[in-house]
Amino acid sequence: MKETRILMGMHVTVEIADASATKDTIEKVFLYFKYVDEKFSTYKETSEITKINRSRIQKAEYSEDMKTVLALCEKTKKETGGYFDIVTRDGSLDPSGLVKGWSIYNASEILLEDGFKNFYIDAGGDIQVHGRNSEGKTWSVGIRNPFNQKEVVKVLYVRSEGVATSGTYIRGQHIYNPKKRNKPIVDIASITVIGLNIYEADRFATAAFAMGSRGIAFIEKLLGFEGYMIDKNGTATMTTGFEQYTHAHD
Amino acid sequence: MPLRGLFKRTAFKYSRAAGKGNKGVVLVYIRAYTMKKSTLSFWFISASVAYAVYLHFISPSEISIQASPSAAQESSAVAPSPLPPVAESTPPPPKPSENPPPIPAPSPAPTPKPKPTGMYVDGSYTGSQADAYYGIVQVKATVQNGRLASVSFLQYPNDRSTSRYINSQAMPYLKQEALQAQSANVDVVSGATDTSMAFQQSLGDALAQAKS
Repeated sequence: MKETRILMGMHVTVEIADASATKDTIEKVFLYFKYVDEKFSTYKETSEITKINRSRIQKAEYSEDMKTVLALCEKTKKETGGYFDIVTRDGSLDPSGLVKGWSIYNASEILLEDGFKNFYIDAGGDIQVHGRNSEGKTWSVGIRNPFNQKEVVKVLYVRSEGVATSGTYIRGQHIYNPKKRNKPIVDIASITVIGLNIYEADRFATAAFAMGSRGIAFIEKLLGFEGYMIDKNGTATMTTGFEQYTHAHD
Repeated sequence: MPLRGLFKRTAFKYSRAAGKGNKGVVLVYIRAYTMKKSTLSFWFISASVAYAVYLHFISPSEISIQASPSAAQESSAVAPSPLPPVAESTPPPPKPSENPPPIPAPSPAPTPKPKPTGMYVDGSYTGSQADAYYGIVQVKATVQNGRLASVSFLQYPNDRSTSRYINSQAMPYLKQEALQAQSANVDVVSGATDTSMAFQQSLGDALAQAKS
């Protein structure tokens, strides 16, 4: 059973290979994403994050999920040497970069708790997989060519990991050398990170992309993470354990 | 960083030998390692001294701009390189020698027809605001001599990172390869499409205006 909807301004796909999955199962997952969107969307006047940014509610009034997310953002900022930062130029908070992976992770936990073992959830190209596909094979995850959206340049076989890709050819435009602020760094096109789960993969992919071409070294140093960086010339650099994921072991 | 690889190899060798229960091999290995210690110390001290001298004589700003290819490019490139789909239908920006072609695409995008030069009317065109989920993307395209000369960002989402720069050094020990198209027959695809789609939307709009 598979369904795609547009939520939070992106395509969200849930595919469950277990035969016991019903429409209600899928609905439950989308309901969760809807809840997250209502709470964390900076584009919604009524969301909690907007209320916080407009100083309409005090810290003591924050919901539990908000407190959790803000604490995780703070933790990630420390772990990435400040490269992950939710404070925007105008001083407001935008935790979108963490909420995406966090919500995919929580949604897959909902499915696991309900006894499902074989599924994936894909929100805007960030993916959590579990078990096997409907043919009984390991899930295959393609890495999109950042220069040609219709092309896949790598196929990964993952069992219960998260796969997140950060960047685009132009995303580099907003990373600047503080010593030459008017010169954009445009050296990398995308970085894909495979991690223990999508929450971990997504936050470190985001931070690694912000580091530019050094991002792949950052991933190399992280235990349990592998990465595939594509630079602006179309050359890919991979971490030492990356290739274990490029072979199907069925 | 290279030390990490060295250490890993060392540990691997040791455990492989030990795993076989072959103490002799291990002893020989340790002896060889011990004998090398003096040589190792010599190089270590030399390297430390050299590094200290290096730090002493070279200012921090120079250290951070060690001429890696990307750093060199960064300081000299003027116009941002356009996205490949743009590059295919329009001439490259100025200083082509400093902007290597962005893709050695093995199978190029769906056959863009080579268009005659001078297809656009000179001027600056502001594209539509396109939602990239993480924020709004809006570009300004400048056309000179009928060609797309530059694309600049009027709006760009800035939620994800701080503005920092790290010295980019090559890491020769990490494996590299050129991109190659694979079978698209996969269950699901990972990629960051949202922002680039918004970019293309905004740019397409700007160029549509330039055509009239």
